[in-house]
Amino acid sequence: MSNLESEIFGEKMKNPIILASGILGTTKASLETACDNGCGAVITKSLSIEPRRGHEGPNIVETEGGIMNAMGYPNPGIDLGLKEFGNWKRNEPLIISIVGKTPEEFATLAERVEENKKQLGATAIEAVISCPHTPGYGTMVGQGTPESVSEITRKIKDKTKLPLIIKLSPSVPGEGKAAQAAEEAGASAINMGNSLGPGMKIDINRRKPMIGFGVGGLTGPAIKPIAIRCVYDIHRSVKIPIIGTGGITTGEDAIEMMMAGASWVSVGTAVYYRGPTAFSQIAKEMDGWMKKNNYSSLKKIVGAVHDVHKKSDVY
Amino acid sequence: MSIKNPMFTNHVIKIIEENYRVKTLEIGHNMQSALPGQFLMVWVPGVGERPMSIGNSNPLTISVADVGKVSKEICALKVGDVISYRGPFGTPFWIPEKNSSENDSKAKQNILVIGGGYGIVPMYFLSKIAKENKINSTAVIGGRSDKDIIYEKQLFAVCKEVFVATDDGSRGKKGTVMAEADFLIKSKKFDCVYACGPERMMHTVAHLCKEHGVPCQVSVERYMKCGFGVCGSCDCSGKTACVNGPVMSGEDALNLPEFGKAHRDAAGRLES
Repeated sequence: MSNLESEIFGEKMKNPIILASGILGTTKASLETACDNGCGAVITKSLSIEPRRGHEGPNIVETEGGIMNAMGYPNPGIDLGLKEFGNWKRNEPLIISIVGKTPEEFATLAERVEENKKQLGATAIEAVISCPHTPGYGTMVGQGTPESVSEITRKIKDKTKLPLIIKLSPSVPGEGKAAQAAEEAGASAINMGNSLGPGMKIDINRRKPMIGFGVGGLTGPAIKPIAIRCVYDIHRSVKIPIIGTGGITTGEDAIEMMMAGASWVSVGTAVYYRGPTAFSQIAKEMDGWMKKNNYSSLKKIVGAVHDVHKKSDVY
Repeated sequence: MSIKNPMFTNHVIKIIEENYRVKTLEIGHNMQSALPGQFLMVWVPGVGERPMSIGNSNPLTISVADVGKVSKEICALKVGDVISYRGPFGTPFWIPEKNSSENDSKAKQNILVIGGGYGIVPMYFLSKIAKENKINSTAVIGGRSDKDIIYEKQLFAVCKEVFVATDDGSRGKKGTVMAEADFLIKSKKFDCVYACGPERMMHTVAHLCKEHGVPCQVSVERYMKCGFGVCGSCDCSGKTACVNGPVMSGEDALNLPEFGKAHRDAAGRLES
């Protein structure tokens, strides 16, 4: 086995593959299952201030080259959620995802995580500001602008010393500026990627949008080239490390994302195509590729494309 | 470009009123891949989408109880109306291979199917396939009272024996499905026992079968959203009911602390 070992904020990871927020992740047991199935770290479903039942279905439908979802952030709320995920004993780092309507809500959520830090056993907080299909949240209320990113990051950092990951949208132009704003305001990493869009799928037999909410975010292989380009751009904009998210389905996809500049990859929709053990399959394929190409560790892979493709180049 | 799980839209070709609130809908679709225990995600545009157990593959059949806003709309459909659905999803009930020795007829298998409430629907589909494969099926079905018993006639047509139990004794024996099933499991020899219905009942069946060394399969019931193993809404102690289930061996189900004990709502809150 090549050395797939990685680390995040000082915590060891057996590989750089992270369960993306929103996929599985409703329960602590499901996060443990994801670890058993090959994840190097896990991110919880996003927790909001109040419990949310989510949108009416269909919540996820398949489309060409991916799936489209509008879940609407179903979650038990921050208090029950932290109880659910608490007392984390696994070696794989746990990252708590939070989602707020306003910078103040993000601050409150961060405060709750901070208060429960010892009991939780969490390594970091991820703040998601990039959902394209939930009224009051994410791109629907303009949370992706550099100004907004800066304010949210600052408000969270005022309340917690835990490392903070800011999860950006591939649908808002100027990801580099938003990432810089997060970095300057104290974020420890960027998760570059969320579902793309929103998009729409119309059922021509019923003459209705197929997703219950009407529109949904696109994920899966179809969005991978956009996710790769976003990570490539951000790698040139900031010094803090990047989680690359979007369409990673195979080991080769993960290597490509890391060459674009990601230190880790987060994986979600691959479980649709490859089942619950998608993570270990991806790890095995990464190992195979690295062996074949004489890479002994991930270090030489992260950002490798930038060594060849010089800064003066315009793509 | 083709996709794995399209939305189908077809006509309702027949409606059977099973009782005061359950209707069976036959759909003009021969869904050859559908197996007993699997489910469809049935969509009512503008209202929502719900999982529904498959009662037959040709014609594709579902039985719906008028209990919520989505099922109410489905129950209001008329013959000739269209219905939309995705599927089939989930693991099916399976009939274990028997080490057939010298003579096939001597190796004829016996199975016991136990259906509580709407759990009877996949039990009928399973017994029908069992009969086609020359396997003897014995059915135990039950409900609160006479008016809750569905699929009895259909079961008679495909089973060797059908036992009925009602809580108030208004049909069949007075008592629970479990009392009847308990007697059969202890007194007869079955190659496999199948249960579908309230989780507490299935939990009891799984325990009993484990005690008596009889293979058993149950169908885990959970709040479902995507139906194909992505969203995590149907988590049962770390297993995803829509892809790791709904059908599991009794032993696997008993290993899940939440099976038969607690559910989660749409927000993921645990309820006992």
